[in-house]
Amino acid sequence: MSIVIVDSGGANLTSIKNAFEKISSQAVVSIDENIISNADYVILPGVGSAQMVMQSLISNNLVNVIKSLTQPVLGICVGMQILFNSSEEQNCKCLGLINDDIKKFNLPKDKAVPHMGWNKVIFESEQLLSNYYYFANSYYAPITKDTTGICEYGIEFSATVQKDNFFGCQFHPEKSSNSGIKFIQNFLKY
Amino acid sequence: MLAKRIIPCLDVKDGKVVKGVKFDNHEIVGDIIELASRYSNDGADELVFYDISASTKNEVVKNKWVELVAREINIPFCVAGGIKTLNIAERVLNLGADKISINTPALQDPELITNLANAFGSQCVVVGVDSFYDGNKYSVYAKTGDPKTKYKTTKDTVSWVKEAQERGAGEIVLNCINQDGVRKGYDLEQLSLIRKQISIPLIASGGAGKKEDFLDVFENNCVDGALAASIFHKKIISIGEVKKFLIDNGVNIRNGN
Repeated sequence: MSIVIVDSGGANLTSIKNAFEKISSQAVVSIDENIISNADYVILPGVGSAQMVMQSLISNNLVNVIKSLTQPVLGICVGMQILFNSSEEQNCKCLGLINDDIKKFNLPKDKAVPHMGWNKVIFESEQLLSNYYYFANSYYAPITKDTTGICEYGIEFSATVQKDNFFGCQFHPEKSSNSGIKFIQNFLKY
Repeated sequence: MLAKRIIPCLDVKDGKVVKGVKFDNHEIVGDIIELASRYSNDGADELVFYDISASTKNEVVKNKWVELVAREINIPFCVAGGIKTLNIAERVLNLGADKISINTPALQDPELITNLANAFGSQCVVVGVDSFYDGNKYSVYAKTGDPKTKYKTTKDTVSWVKEAQERGAGEIVLNCINQDGVRKGYDLEQLSLIRKQISIPLIASGGAGKKEDFLDVFENNCVDGALAASIFHKKIISIGEVKKFLIDNGVNIRNGN
């Protein structure tokens, strides 16, 4: 089972790499088109902004490569957000695999932004995954027909999405202790 | 709703986890990796690694330890100790830390808070504040890792936490020196006072001695998380037991299992 973590730049791919290395001996970090295309599973991490991640994919000629992947792909945090049409963050055009747009939290003063910490996610079909997960986000994905898990912070938003072979989670499974490990293992069953 | 956090803190000196009383008389209480692993498995919501000798000795937090701990745990990881430049912060984040906490360096160079927030985002910039009550007011102390270097700054706690927030801090950890290591409960009065000054998350530190202390501080509704060291190091109670007690009492807490 080969897993490739797309090196989309930004600091801190370390935790994602650590988490997947514990699960598979064949987890590599790469920006190479062939390695990405031939992997059994592709992880799209995202640290920083949608703009930064998209810029990195564009400059490495990976936009069409990613869009045409047929194996399971998991976008994490900003990596999930770029699956959408666009992000309000710097008005960035994204991959357009999920037909909706990422928005900025606009919440009452008692709700601090970024939304940061452990929050509960309710999975509609895979109920055993319903648990607390670790979030750190200022932008959110609205509920769409591709939403598979819901979180609430002032408003309800998509904690997880799935469209065909493209999966996404707004939380950080690599930082979410046992529930995060279960979530990753569940993804690796596809 | 975000769950309230239970945060064990590893105070590290010369490669060992130590714990003092009121920031003095440090004794060795355990091994870094062993404790990090135990706490992560036991349901800790975050781990703080604090190299207490770094600022006092003008050293930087040890790379090797940050890397080893990051590899061991799968919960958010905050590192503190002598992080006084953007380069050092970047290196610590690249080694696997999620947040960096600054204390003495922020007092010496308040602009550092803004620079870190601009470079890495407020969400990973924590400002630790060592606050001491002298019977009259709360004052901020610096270089508290060693009693020989500890000194009282000109800043009072209330204005300093406000300034830290304005400069871009994403979270404040308030270490109440009077309560540190004595396990008589958190300083609810001071925490409530500070809560009113800031809107970013506030973490209580200093004084946890029994599970009821955690319930008190959360029921008082003044903090987002509670940090503790000696109660967990000395196995007076486990994180799992504290969490079960809090859940049974209706606090919004993540069950670690």
